[in-house]
Amino acid sequence: MARYEIFVTYKTGIFDPPGATAERALANLGHEGVESVRIGKYIQLAGDVSFEAVTEMCEKLLANPVIEDFRIETVEE
Amino acid sequence: MTVVADLSPELAPKLAVELGLKPSEYDHVVEILGRTPTITELYMYSLMWSEHCSYKHSRKALRMFPTEGPHVLQGPGENAGVIGVGDGWAVAFKMESHNHPSAIEPYQGAATGVGGIIRDIFTMGARPIASLDSLRFGTLDKARQRYLFEGAVAGIGGYGNCIGVPTVGGEVYFEEAYEGNCLINAMSIGLMREEDLMRAVAAGPGNLVLLIGSTTGRDGIGGASVLASQEFDERAEDKRPSVQVGDPFEEKLLIEACLELLRGDLLVALGDLGAAGLTSSASEMASRGGVGLDIDVTKVPQREPNMKPFEIMVSESQERMLAVVEPDKLDAAMAVCAKWGLRSTVIGQVTDTGRFVVREGETVVADMPAATLAHDAPIYDPAMERPAYLDEVAAFDPHTLSHPESPEALAETLLGLLASPNICSRRWIWEQYDHQVMTNTVVLPGGDAAVLRIGDTGRGEMTDRAIAVSSDCNGRYCYLDPYTGAQIALAEAARNVTCAGGEPAAITDCLNFGNPEKPEVFYTFYEAIRGLSDACKAWTIPVISGNVSFYNESFGNPIYPTPTVGLVGVLDHVDQHCTMDFKDEGDVIVLVGESYDELGGSEYLKVEHGLVTGAVPSLDLELEAAVQAAVRDGIRSGLIKSAHDCSEGGIAVALAESCIAGDIGADVHLHDELPAVSSLFGESQSRIVVTCAEDDADALVESLIAAGVPYSVIGTVGGDRLAICERLSVSLDDLRDAYEPTLEALVHGELQSEELHEG
Repeated sequence: MARYEIFVTYKTGIFDPPGATAERALANLGHEGVESVRIGKYIQLAGDVSFEAVTEMCEKLLANPVIEDFRIETVEE
Repeated sequence: MTVVADLSPELAPKLAVELGLKPSEYDHVVEILGRTPTITELYMYSLMWSEHCSYKHSRKALRMFPTEGPHVLQGPGENAGVIGVGDGWAVAFKMESHNHPSAIEPYQGAATGVGGIIRDIFTMGARPIASLDSLRFGTLDKARQRYLFEGAVAGIGGYGNCIGVPTVGGEVYFEEAYEGNCLINAMSIGLMREEDLMRAVAAGPGNLVLLIGSTTGRDGIGGASVLASQEFDERAEDKRPSVQVGDPFEEKLLIEACLELLRGDLLVALGDLGAAGLTSSASEMASRGGVGLDIDVTKVPQREPNMKPFEIMVSESQERMLAVVEPDKLDAAMAVCAKWGLRSTVIGQVTDTGRFVVREGETVVADMPAATLAHDAPIYDPAMERPAYLDEVAAFDPHTLSHPESPEALAETLLGLLASPNICSRRWIWEQYDHQVMTNTVVLPGGDAAVLRIGDTGRGEMTDRAIAVSSDCNGRYCYLDPYTGAQIALAEAARNVTCAGGEPAAITDCLNFGNPEKPEVFYTFYEAIRGLSDACKAWTIPVISGNVSFYNESFGNPIYPTPTVGLVGVLDHVDQHCTMDFKDEGDVIVLVGESYDELGGSEYLKVEHGLVTGAVPSLDLELEAAVQAAVRDGIRSGLIKSAHDCSEGGIAVALAESCIAGDIGADVHLHDELPAVSSLFGESQSRIVVTCAEDDADALVESLIAAGVPYSVIGTVGGDRLAICERLSVSLDDLRDAYEPTLEALVHGELQSEELHEG
């Protein structure tokens, strides 16, 4: 069985409301020096599936390719 | 003042064409400037002179609309129209399309459509109190259409629910004609005191230009390939068009901050940043006030590094507002923004030069007469040609088809119509929306029109007044006959508001059509506007705001002409409202209006025969007005207990809907001499099914006679079946089982619409 970790984030240039809100809230709490916060999804997927199949799952469902980028990492057992 | 020369005279016209300017329009820009334009100037002109901002193809036709009336406080030309609704209260409203963004990314496209129209409303000084959404998709047997439909509904709900503005109504149709080009028309309604009406007119040289709200990114900037081939473009990736993502929580803060700024009299002018961003908002404010503006793009808070001046000027990043502030009120204004956690930045000032100057630090990147952006766009007179299909469809005789005749077959047909995606219950949609925020929604979604109480819950100022709102358009009718179809859209909106007890006051419209440069498309546009204008004049219902969306084409074919009408009506007493559900056993059912042998364009023809053809139902403007007036009088006098208009599916569907809503049956005899299918499912206009208590029947009939409108007493409420003379008899349970589950089943792919059409 293969294990994958998938990271889904808004594409560069697409507005990230949760990230922007967290960025502002951190500044309000007195955390200085934070220049950028981007918030995305982290997905763990396990099964008898190939990397290519997972890529297709991301394109079709797990990510929205119109506004999101995704990165798949294979987890070594 | 020296302007940076960043385009050669050879390259400039090429960029202009890439950006959509016609060669003659480019020449006009050169003539205005007296030199080769800069990149920033070309972007600004190309967007402001686009159809979307300049209405260059539609402006002449739109002049036909009546825009004045007793209620009107602000007509077209501002961010939204405003009407007075009595006792010093005013209502601002407008409808706008967000079709193309939604076809790419349905959730964000629909969400930012709602956000954009809400900004237009509070810009006028009104608190947004309700939204309506008029949607069109292809048929739901296609996975892509389900994705678009689900996404758009979720986007509307997501944005509206987060921002706390209830979605109280709307409509949805599924037709093949919208498959490649869905329509998302969002309408917002706001409430204010008349004295708080604010206009976006910049004034007072020396006053400061304040940008409030979100940062500016590369959202919604189209890629221009001629630029990509130039050395000043380092990274091609940065030029790809990007989708706007909305932030409803930021917009909620903007609403509160802007209303507080306006109440505190801290602003000279306020405008929202929508299409064409800063360019549009600033140039329109300046040209309305006859002043100039001087803006430094380096002052604009940017979300991304290395943004070019033109990108900052045309970015469509959401949740931003532009204000003009007197210098001595700046600190107070910025303090209000800070209190709501909003960024506010002075980015320039008002000048007396009449010129719109854009700087990047010390460098002047654009310098043009401000009014030329908003007003000097060319106005075209597009060619028109009557499409040949119009005569073909009008000549079709539905009686050449074989129709169901037995009671069993007619009952099956009725159940098929109730299960049709265009008629069935919309519960699946509006259950996703909050519709009761601030507890002023008196009549909830699912009826003919929503009714909202007038008053400010927060300030404890409640009144007895109310408004009724509805949005309507049957695109199929407009395709078959644009003139009459557009009139029927208004008639139905007015009839819906009438059924709720409201007196129609004014409309906004969202005119969705194909490519206006095709003579046949422009003919349908012109005829629809002419029809709508004639009806508006006849019924004294002015057009106070609206929007035109052209280039809606589906695989090279235009969509059905879809002039969506959003209508607001006024009720002097909220208690004098009415709903569509049958109320009590023994109540008398009266049909106000008359039925004719009219099957053309009907849902029956589509569902039973798969046809979109025939002459659309006739519309007598005087009769329509008389029927509506008579029903409103009956509602006000308390005689009428329920009212529901006959539209898609005819009187049989109208009766079934009132039975389902009231959870009670009806025994009906139709006294017409028409063929069974025409009588039951024909969609003749100017008909409203009303009920009254048995003891009031004589009084109601007398009032209808006095009003001079045709009527017939057709039956009584009661039992657990809908029986229509010998023609058909169906149990309430069967009606409900057909009507309720369709949409949800279709969305989940459990039902193919072909199966429905095969009955």
